[in-house]
Amino acid sequence: MKKILIVDDEPNIVMSLEYTFKKNNFEVFIARDGQEALDILKNQLPDIIILDVMMPMVDGYSTLEQIKQDARLDHCKVIFISAKNKEKDIEKGLALGANLYVTKPFSLKKLVEQAQELIN
Amino acid sequence: MSSLGLLLILAIYVVMLFYIAHWSEKRSHSKWTNNPYVYSFSLAVYCTAWTYYGSIGLAAQTGLDYLPIYLGPIIIIPTWIIILKRIIRISRVNKITSIADFISLRYGNSRSLGALVTLISIFGIVPYIALQLKAISDTFHVVTKTQASSNIFTDNTTYICIALALFASYYGNKYVDASEKRRGIVTAIAIESILKLVFFLIIGIYVTYFVFDGFDDIYTKASVLENFDKKNTIGNLTNGLNWFFLCLISMFAIFILPRQFHTAIVENNQEKHIRTAIWLLPLYLLLFNVFVFPIAWGGNILFGTQGLNSDTYSLLIPQYFNNNFLTVLVFLGGFSAAISMIIVSSITLATMLSNNLLIPYGFIGSLENVSQEKNTKRIVLSRKIGIFSLIILGYIIYRVFILDYTLVSIGLVSFVIIAQLAPAFFGGLFWRRGSKKGAITGIILGFLVCFYTLLIPYALGTTNSASTFVQKGPWGIALLKPFQLFGLDYLEPIPQAVFWSLLVNFLSYMAVSVSFSGNYRERNYAEMFVDIDRYITNHENAYVWKGTANISDVQKILERFLGIERTQRAMTIFNLKYNIDKDNKIADARFIKFAENLLTGHIGTASAKIVISSVAKEDKISLPEVLRILEESKENIIINKKLTESSNELKILSEQLQIANKELINKDIQKDEFLDTVTHELRTPITAIRAATEILHDDENIPAEVRQKFLQNIISESDRLNRLIDKILDLEKFETGKQKIYLSKNNICQTINNTLESLQQLIANKNIYVDFKDQSREVKAFYDEERIIQVLHNLFSNAIKFCESIAGKITIKLIENPDFVSVSIHNNGKEIKPEDFEAIFDKFYQSRNQNLKKPIGSGLGLAICKKIIEHHKGKIWVESSTGKGTSIIFTLPNYNTTEK
Repeated sequence: MKKILIVDDEPNIVMSLEYTFKKNNFEVFIARDGQEALDILKNQLPDIIILDVMMPMVDGYSTLEQIKQDARLDHCKVIFISAKNKEKDIEKGLALGANLYVTKPFSLKKLVEQAQELIN
Repeated sequence: MSSLGLLLILAIYVVMLFYIAHWSEKRSHSKWTNNPYVYSFSLAVYCTAWTYYGSIGLAAQTGLDYLPIYLGPIIIIPTWIIILKRIIRISRVNKITSIADFISLRYGNSRSLGALVTLISIFGIVPYIALQLKAISDTFHVVTKTQASSNIFTDNTTYICIALALFASYYGNKYVDASEKRRGIVTAIAIESILKLVFFLIIGIYVTYFVFDGFDDIYTKASVLENFDKKNTIGNLTNGLNWFFLCLISMFAIFILPRQFHTAIVENNQEKHIRTAIWLLPLYLLLFNVFVFPIAWGGNILFGTQGLNSDTYSLLIPQYFNNNFLTVLVFLGGFSAAISMIIVSSITLATMLSNNLLIPYGFIGSLENVSQEKNTKRIVLSRKIGIFSLIILGYIIYRVFILDYTLVSIGLVSFVIIAQLAPAFFGGLFWRRGSKKGAITGIILGFLVCFYTLLIPYALGTTNSASTFVQKGPWGIALLKPFQLFGLDYLEPIPQAVFWSLLVNFLSYMAVSVSFSGNYRERNYAEMFVDIDRYITNHENAYVWKGTANISDVQKILERFLGIERTQRAMTIFNLKYNIDKDNKIADARFIKFAENLLTGHIGTASAKIVISSVAKEDKISLPEVLRILEESKENIIINKKLTESSNELKILSEQLQIANKELINKDIQKDEFLDTVTHELRTPITAIRAATEILHDDENIPAEVRQKFLQNIISESDRLNRLIDKILDLEKFETGKQKIYLSKNNICQTINNTLESLQQLIANKNIYVDFKDQSREVKAFYDEERIIQVLHNLFSNAIKFCESIAGKITIKLIENPDFVSVSIHNNGKEIKPEDFEAIFDKFYQSRNQNLKKPIGSGLGLAICKKIIEHHKGKIWVESSTGKGTSIIFTLPNYNTTEK
């Protein structure tokens, strides 16, 4: 069973993501901001992380930077989801090492497909 | 008193004066030497030995006739504030150093006119110097009770005179530039003026109150004397006319006597000093005249018919009572009066002599080729010799011609001769058409009349001489009798000469000036003199000159007289003033005028022109062309002024445009950010709605309760979207001014309570303590309640949001002033940085400044609050400091405090 960590501060969006990934046989972990995510990552090594860019406390970019420094998470794929859809935001996200940058709003079905594609 | 003793006292006195001059020369900028009082007292050089002794003599003999000489100046001095200022300005910009320079420059910088004025001045003033020497000599002999020796080598006064001449020539002309200020001399003159007045007042008081018992006593005793009544009245119309002409020449004298021109104009440091002089000098003259009559009558009473020289009464009276101290004191006062006049007059005459006669007619050629040091030495030396010779010449005249005349008669003749310069002088100041030919004709004819009506009779002998020339007229023609010319027999000799000479002078000046057009240069200077106020700052612009000259040639000439260093400094200043490139090689009119000015102080205007024209080839210009150029330059000055004004306006406009442009760019960035943030804010709820809808759409087996949850999500996110849109529209309405405020009188405490009520649940959830002491007060203000509730709701929501999570506390305070009601909402949470105090009220401030961190709230709340408060004409601001949380305070104007 693949593990997924969903990091977003919008409860309603998280709820939909959680439901959908569970339905697709993922073990789902939830964090409401970057700091919570990093705390979870101390004990769990998910296969994929879905990361919102704008969050209170620690934002998506700096969360990713810290993830990249952790060798245990080398195998881990990262997908950014963000309402920031400007080219330079996308470029910045990818340059930091994200495997995918998905802009809001997105299709859940497609997101699941892309996630599965990444880990296979 | 022995001659030797008196000579010793004199020597000490002169050394003291020398020391004062020396001392103040070194402190030429201190307030002790450069102040309106020194200036005003130096003008009192007008009062000479003639005043000091002669007016008493005249009063004793003829009564009130001495007065016009002081009335004239007193009458005319108030006009100084206009006329003298103007003369000073003209002289300053043109570096004029004497009356000869002034008149000759006005009439086209004419060498011949300058020479003529110089000659007239020498004719008029040297006898006047002789008069002072006579006064010194007479009084010296009175004090020492000796007789004037007919052998000049055994007469003490000869040596006094030589000593004076040496002193004046040594000290009087240290400067090659005659336009430089001589602070030392001026201060010494001012001190002497004070001394002579004080000494005169002392003797006046002595005679009136110690010798006699006051004015009444003198009057009573004098009234029994012969002719007393006649001497105490002005008399009939004829006497009135006599007075009129005497007043007239003294009015002119205060302007154009060379020594007055020098002290009032050349030595003037600041125009505002005139303001002191116009009251102090008349006061001085009045004080000087208070005791003239008592002393004169006292003398008459005491000495009666003894036939003593009434000029010396002020000495004879204390001497009669064996008061040696007072006698010497009076003598020193008279000596001061005499030497002031001698020194200043001889300096000015010597300057005129060298600048207007010797240099332009004599050694100008040789000056052009030698070094600056040699030139300077020669010029200074020529002036020193000039001063010395003039004083000696005065002494000779005294010994040869005027031993027998009273002081007053010599003085008046001198005044009449000098008055011949008046028509040309005043005409040149106010009348553009006055021409050089007119001036020369007027002065010469006027002088000839003086010569005929005064000088010949005086040279022939006294007025009472038996000469038939005076008594019967030349060849017995009665109409040509010099004292009753053309049968004019009711004026005294002096007023008669004044009348005829000035009439002829004035009429011929006018007639010639209007009959023959002058040359272009005259007209040019006429414009500059008459319109001095227009040209005062850029007078070089007003000089019309066409021709070719190299700057380097002119510069070489300047260096020869000024030295290299001063020349270069002057040229730098000139280039800066007119913004001229220093590589410019060809001289223009401004530079020619500038160069002439620089030289004028050294060698006079006429010579300056000659020297400059030796390296410049000047083209003749016709008079109409000069007038056209002047007209143009006038217009140019106006146009220039307008151009400068409009260019300044343009500068301001362009600055404003730049600011506006920056604002626009800033607005544009703000707009982009706004759109960016709005779309971002909109995408979040849309994402949630889309996700929930997708699940509901795709998953048919979804459990009922989960389905319910997702549907709930859709509803709340839709509401959120709607609220956001509402807020944006709200803000837009405020910004475009479409939002209206409906004011009514409300109780702000009640409004706060209502708002808190609606937030009760949130407050309870976070366990916040609300401190609102004024809860039940009634504080009324005019506001739109719905809008203020919106503001309060927003501020409370923020306060709740930012309150400390444990022990949160919100404090509400109300302050009521006559002008406004203020509401402060404080939370004990995190503080706001001072640099953000303003920014937090901007739209989406949070998201703009913390680009990646998620903002709490939409970022529009405070912006809307600010708009609402501003629409109420109130203010809203934040106060925050470390450890003390944050307050947001807003005020509402208390439109109507009486209506409570």
